[in-house]
Amino acid sequence: MLDRYDNNSVSLAATDLFCERDDRVLFESLSFAIGNGDLLQLAGPNGAGKTTLLRLLAGLNRDYDGELLWHDEPLDDVFSEYAARRLYLGHSAAIKRALTPIENLRWLVSPWAEQANISDDELWQALEQVELGGYEETPCNQLSAGQQRRVGLARLDVVPAPLWILDEPFTALDVYGVEWLEQRIQRHVERNGAVVITSHHALQNIPSLQRLDLGLLAASPSRSDAVSDAEEGAS
Amino acid sequence: MWQKLVRLYHRLGSPKWFYEITSGWIFWLTLVSVIGCVAGLVMGLLFAPADYQQGDSFRIIYIHVPAAIVAQSAFMMMAVSGAVYLVWKMKMAAWVARAVAPLGASFCLIALFTGAIWGKPTWGTWWVWDARLTSMLLLLFLYFGVMALQRAIESEEASHKAGAILSLVGVVNIPIIKYSVEWWNTLHQPATLKLTEKPSMAPEMLWPLLIMIVTTYVFFALMVILRTRNEILWHERKRGWVQELPEMLGGKR
Amino acid sequence: MSLVAATIKRDLLLAARNPGEWLNPLMFFLMVVALFPLAVDPDPKFLARIAGGVIWVAALLATLLSLDALYKSDVEDGTLEQWLASGESLYLLALAKALVHWLCSGLPLTLMAPVLGVMMALPQDAYWAMILSLLVGTPVLSLLGSVGAALTAGVRSGGLLLSLLILPMYVPVLIFAASAVYHAGIGMDYNGQIGFLGAMLALAACLTPFAAAAALKLNLSR
Repeated sequence: MLDRYDNNSVSLAATDLFCERDDRVLFESLSFAIGNGDLLQLAGPNGAGKTTLLRLLAGLNRDYDGELLWHDEPLDDVFSEYAARRLYLGHSAAIKRALTPIENLRWLVSPWAEQANISDDELWQALEQVELGGYEETPCNQLSAGQQRRVGLARLDVVPAPLWILDEPFTALDVYGVEWLEQRIQRHVERNGAVVITSHHALQNIPSLQRLDLGLLAASPSRSDAVSDAEEGAS
Repeated sequence: MWQKLVRLYHRLGSPKWFYEITSGWIFWLTLVSVIGCVAGLVMGLLFAPADYQQGDSFRIIYIHVPAAIVAQSAFMMMAVSGAVYLVWKMKMAAWVARAVAPLGASFCLIALFTGAIWGKPTWGTWWVWDARLTSMLLLLFLYFGVMALQRAIESEEASHKAGAILSLVGVVNIPIIKYSVEWWNTLHQPATLKLTEKPSMAPEMLWPLLIMIVTTYVFFALMVILRTRNEILWHERKRGWVQELPEMLGGKR
Repeated sequence: MSLVAATIKRDLLLAARNPGEWLNPLMFFLMVVALFPLAVDPDPKFLARIAGGVIWVAALLATLLSLDALYKSDVEDGTLEQWLASGESLYLLALAKALVHWLCSGLPLTLMAPVLGVMMALPQDAYWAMILSLLVGTPVLSLLGSVGAALTAGVRSGGLLLSLLILPMYVPVLIFAASAVYHAGIGMDYNGQIGFLGAMLALAACLTPFAAAAALKLNLSR
């Protein structure tokens, strides 16, 4: 899957990330790096900032202090390069309910379609892989929530991006779907891809898992005052 | 010079500095507003000669014109603060923009209201689709839009930014709206008496007007400062320096 | 196929699947115009005088109705996130969305307007002016409206709010367009008005996508 991609090396580094929302500090002094073969799970209670951090990493949100580097260059400077090598799967699947799975998938892969030369056959195959064979021409509003999620997941088989950023990808999937996705993630990591994921799912079947716990930072409310005061002193 | 400006900019960005420095200004701005208002109105209402065409009714000009001018400047100010917030993410600018919006709308209303009062003796009716009044009405609608949008968006930051974007779009639009309304007006109402278009004003009439314009600006500045200080207190209420303010201690129970 | 082209194609496909989205504003257009003879006066001489203005006001309201949905579903279903994630220029995407909106609202309105002209006893000489003014003016409505739609996409019951924001900005288009139709009807030259509409279109096409792009990002910030 990855071999047709000319530059598969993943190097995403976060240095000293600080992020606050509505005067509440979500995380601070957060540093880590993601390289080929890494699988990083962002964990923590609700409101700990998992999704926020994931969006920062995906480049959807630039409201933070600290540095995010892609191959040692600031993410913003090389964003289009980064965007082509990173697949972001959001909490909402970007599925239009009036369209069929194949029509939805065509739109979802369109940023890569030209450069990676993705053929329609590949899309049909990918839909079959996520057990939507036979449903390709059924409008998505007649499919179940889990089946709609699978349309979005079918991208994983087609898009040649070495870094996956997945926000709660197991939502609404049945047992088989979960198993398929776990295997798919594992295979991606084994093939030297990298995955960052938020999930309440344990993911215990994947050996190389690393966890980043965000909950500890948000737990102490007194901390936010301390930081705000320090910041004010600086300004 | 440049360094001074940069330093001033950084200071303006600090709510604490702004709050402390303006504490001393409030008294003087109030004083200037009161004196200017009394002087301008006494000169305008008692000493300026009556208009040869409109008689004494023209004297409402001393409220109408300053209010209209400030209402337009306020939109510019709102848009500029909005731009500063969008570009440099300076929170103070967003608070100023929020403080200005209802003030601008109020001056707009004052201008429209006094325009109507002026219209009655001049045209014999409260409302005529005069170019200036119509532009003023549309400006009021623009203010309504900005305020409604700011209120509707829950996220504080997004609501500031949305208001800023809308006021910038509005600023680009205002000259186009003004021009088109003037063009439309000449088309439909040729050669009616214009309220404020005087070829030249006698100096005894002009001086009070200038005084009133300056005074209204000062009063507007005072209002903006007061409202911005409120915003600061609200947003910084958890910070140490606000809680230690003498005026805050009384409210603590 | 690039994301921009794919989005245009997908949105046109969506319009084809949900014809109500663009047909309902058209029916609204028809009904609003039909109200005027009923409410005011069916005398052809009177109707001919107000025809241009009435048709333009109705077109403007119909446009506003369809604008509400422009970005709403894209924000809700994650399409907007995918746009931002793709690194594709939001300016182009906003322009593309406005284009699709015009194809589904301004263009059908323009095509339907002659029928309404007959109902409103529009003078013979004014038909070209009406079609031309709609053809040049409705894209401005779509472009300006897309800014409002982007600003209110995340707001509940944003439709009414959208009208409040955008209606004052539509005034110049309304003035020049309606006057073009009126002047054509009384046998006068209307090139100037169409020229102004064209200038506004050029300005709107250059500037509004910036504002819409900036506004769209607000719907994501969390």
